[in-house]
Amino acid sequence: MKGTIPVDTTILAEVTGSLSTVGYGLAAIGPGVGLGILFGKTIEGMARQPEMSGQLRTTMFIGLAFIEVLALLGIVTPFFLK
Amino acid sequence: MTFLATTPILAAESDGFHAPSIDDFFPPAIWFDGTWFEINRITLVRFVALIALLLVFGIAAKRATLVPGRFQAAIEWILDFCRYSITYDTLGEKDGKKYVPLITAIFCSVFFFNITGVIPFLNIAGTSVIGLPLIFALWAYVMYFGAGIKKLGLGKFLKVNLLPAGVPKGLYLLLTPIEFLQLVIIRPATLMIRLLANMMAGHLLLALCFAGTQYLLFSAEGGLKVFGVVTFAGGFAFFLLEIFVAALQAYVFAILTALYIQMSSAEEH
Repeated sequence: MKGTIPVDTTILAEVTGSLSTVGYGLAAIGPGVGLGILFGKTIEGMARQPEMSGQLRTTMFIGLAFIEVLALLGIVTPFFLK
Repeated sequence: MTFLATTPILAAESDGFHAPSIDDFFPPAIWFDGTWFEINRITLVRFVALIALLLVFGIAAKRATLVPGRFQAAIEWILDFCRYSITYDTLGEKDGKKYVPLITAIFCSVFFFNITGVIPFLNIAGTSVIGLPLIFALWAYVMYFGAGIKKLGLGKFLKVNLLPAGVPKGLYLLLTPIEFLQLVIIRPATLMIRLLANMMAGHLLLALCFAGTQYLLFSAEGGLKVFGVVTFAGGFAFFLLEIFVAALQAYVFAILTALYIQMSSAEEH
């Protein structure tokens, strides 16, 4: 055994189970921030101009749909990327 | 000794915790197994939703009177909502008029197929398997292409959508592929995935809460039973949330279809 370098690895921590769980946690961060900004700004706009509420709400729901789809992609991706 | 050793395993098999999984969406076939017309539980739920939809609107149309009763007023409120709040607000009254039936049909049918997810004994949304969202998305896809090409002609339709005005020429190199992907893939795919994943996640969430309740109340020991009450309360809250989500997703699907029709048929955007 002369000349070989002994490989000695010590495992300090190990992840078992499905890694996609972590992936979904990460995927939820962005949309979470996005939804916060979206709703916050809409409420702000409504408080400033209550007469615009209806239009703001409609636009908010459209924005909600676009943001939400990112989180939902996080849910479905593990199913087809095994 | 062997008896004692196997008992806990048997007990674990009979009333262990069954977590919901993706297999819930692929139940075994009931009739016509292995043919093109295979009918499983979810297909059956879709038929129930379809019959309910036809019955509700059929009865409302048949019994329509000049002075609406409570039932007719509710139906009229939904139809008015689709006409004014969704279609006319996005497309305008002049352009929107011919799309009212389309948007109303999409809203009502998506809602009926979604709401089966929270109806006892049906317990799964008709839209929680890819087929139905795919059909709805393809329908919207054909409609917004058709609307744009009919209004502007093929050449102008492509020019307006792929080469947006008011952008420096060089940027088209970046912008056109993105716009092309948007138009051809991203819009219909997100419509489909949004509806599918919402309904799928909703079902898994509800199933997890109630399976947890069942396990904690009947199989867990002592103090753990208390948590069964908590999961039941959580499950009930999610049940109410799912009713809201069913309506919201129908609204979002309808309004995005209207919006895509508006975007593809507008001269400038």
